[in-house]
Amino acid sequence: MDFSVILRNFKFLIVQGFLGFGNFTGGTLRLAVPAIILGFVLGILIGLGRLARAPWIRIPASLYVEFFRGVPLVMVIFWFWFIIPVLLRLPLPEYGVALAAFVIFEAAYLGEIVRAGIQSVPKGQVEAATATGLTHAQTMRCVVLPQALKNMIPALVTQFIVLLKDTSLASIIGYVDLTKAAQIVNNREIRPFELYLFIAVIYWLCAYGMSRYARYLERRLSPA
Amino acid sequence: MNYDFDWRVLWTGQSGQWLLHGLLTTLELSALAWLLAAALGILSGALRTVTFKPAALLAAFYVEFFRNVPLLVWMFFWYFGVPPLLPRAFQDWLFAHGIEFLAGTLSLGVYHGARFSEVIRSGIQSIPKTQFEAALSTGLTTGQTYRLIIIPIALRLIIPPATNESLNLLKNSSIALTISVAELTFQTRQIEAYTARAFEALTAGTLIYLILCLCIAAIMARVERRVAIPGMIARVSGAEH
Repeated sequence: MDFSVILRNFKFLIVQGFLGFGNFTGGTLRLAVPAIILGFVLGILIGLGRLARAPWIRIPASLYVEFFRGVPLVMVIFWFWFIIPVLLRLPLPEYGVALAAFVIFEAAYLGEIVRAGIQSVPKGQVEAATATGLTHAQTMRCVVLPQALKNMIPALVTQFIVLLKDTSLASIIGYVDLTKAAQIVNNREIRPFELYLFIAVIYWLCAYGMSRYARYLERRLSPA
Repeated sequence: MNYDFDWRVLWTGQSGQWLLHGLLTTLELSALAWLLAAALGILSGALRTVTFKPAALLAAFYVEFFRNVPLLVWMFFWYFGVPPLLPRAFQDWLFAHGIEFLAGTLSLGVYHGARFSEVIRSGIQSIPKTQFEAALSTGLTTGQTYRLIIIPIALRLIIPPATNESLNLLKNSSIALTISVAELTFQTRQIEAYTARAFEALTAGTLIYLILCLCIAAIMARVERRVAIPGMIARVSGAEH
């Protein structure tokens, strides 16, 4: 065992592979952070859509969620890998493909979180808002969503952990995230045990740290 | 979108056979990993609720250690990282007996065992404490109480979240393609590579996964109604992440 391989390639693994600053587009965080933000925006639309009264909005939103929750993420990534060049008639770099796949896929799960968050707001709040003369849209925007967002925060942190772990799958289509960076170094140095153990530790620290933070938020935000 | 669909590629040549083999490998991999995950999950989930501190800590360590690292990294670790450290003879034996499948089953089972553990723990904790006390007062030992009272009730309560987790396991078995286990996604890619028909191949693979997931969910919903204990209503949350 020779752990000096980590030190020799530390900058490539962490700065390029994990953070995403370097000569080319890559990085676990550079993919995970925009994916959760854009996925959440789309997730709000999906979540609201599932609660809509009009069936022509509710049914497509439900089908969207059921479809993406029934298909492996690897399959979705391959779909985007093949379909985007045909649809856009131009090759998209791995970053664009991976980001699109993660946003679309995560939106199904985030939509469920948004829906649960909205449903957790007591019905009396809606009735009180309506009684003061707010319209349906105003009630949603000014009364329900701000409270729902607060209730969603722990679940969102947890979903970000899932997403962070899932971004390792972007390495399958050649995107240079932490996992791919370790593979690249391994092809040169042939030190699989040390390298994969090292990236496992990095993922572990991030995921465990955030799960503790999510638990802390859950305790702090829950009405005492 | 200008693309000429040619669905015949799915049943001409070897495609049909590949898909069938892929489906069987996915089912075999998932079933074996599920057995391992269920055993590990029930054991560690039960241990996390006992009052004997070292056992609870050991179980918590197992869960936190395995579920916080991506499954893909575990597969690489067990497939590429560990074998070179083993004795030569054992290595040869492994490579002769399909190490991809073994490493895939092991990673999938141990990773999902940690996630099952959380489901089972919250199932046990949702059972009122009085059940436990009543069982002890009738003269059962702690082990008997768990085996005869707590676990049978908990397993019924956790059917919905456990079904969800089982479907996650099935879907995550597709990650084994990265260590060249010839499961369904791998075979879908193979059809694409041989026929250059990406959409037809991906559609077939996607539909098979969807149908599998919907069927399992429907069957488990029936099972849940079948084994429900009348009058017992409790909601159990799923694994966190």
